[in-house]
Amino acid sequence: MERRSFLAMTGAVALAPLALATPARAVPADVKRAMAELFGDKPMTKGRVKLDIPNLVENGNVVSVTLSADVEAGPARISSLHLFADENPLPNVGNFHFGPRSGQPRVSTRIRLATTQNVWLVGKAEDGSLWTDGVEVLVTLAACIE
Amino acid sequence: MAKPLINVPKRAKKGDLVEIKILISHPMETGQARDAFGKTVPRDIIHSVSCRWDEEEVFRAELFPAISANPYFAFFARAEASGTLRFDWKDDQGGEHSESVEITVEG
Repeated sequence: MERRSFLAMTGAVALAPLALATPARAVPADVKRAMAELFGDKPMTKGRVKLDIPNLVENGNVVSVTLSADVEAGPARISSLHLFADENPLPNVGNFHFGPRSGQPRVSTRIRLATTQNVWLVGKAEDGSLWTDGVEVLVTLAACIE
Repeated sequence: MAKPLINVPKRAKKGDLVEIKILISHPMETGQARDAFGKTVPRDIIHSVSCRWDEEEVFRAELFPAISANPYFAFFARAEASGTLRFDWKDDQGGEHSESVEITVEG
């Protein structure tokens, strides 16, 4: 085998796990249903909201998350943040509403994750537009079993 | 029910963002777990929490069983004028609880 083609092959093998590690962008049916109940079939755009969650979690019973949205970038204020977990028995995690008095839409809390899965954040602006962010989280000890 | 831990600065400057933290002692039973006899433990969670600054809503949350036991929330409020921060929460048992904290705004 020529050196060049061999290198190309090993390169492809080395990159394969990386491709797997990026979150699958397809949203499962029950999460779609939960989102549709809240937002109808409005389109969602990636951006404006941010989901801070560790990529690797040891204990799925207590996972620290911070949900936030930008304050200045958009014309319409983001007034609520909604959190969903793909593989939990119930995909809804929490709906958080922020009054103008909150200054900035931002909340930190602790959630349960049943298993390794994608976690989604949806922010709703006052003009009705929807913004989203997603993170794949690897869970070593699952919640919901104790 | 044990008294919740509420962390709010006593004083703030007008226009500042103050961080508000609340920790409520509660098992947040998911309704998924089973006891030693294999029976499902009924769901018992706090399903809504809110915080008002003199009747103006700052923060409100609807919660599902995926919120961890002893729910904790940290969020912000803009200091406009001295007043009372009032926290309310409701659980599946029909219990309604509330706590109030005074805050002084200067300048």
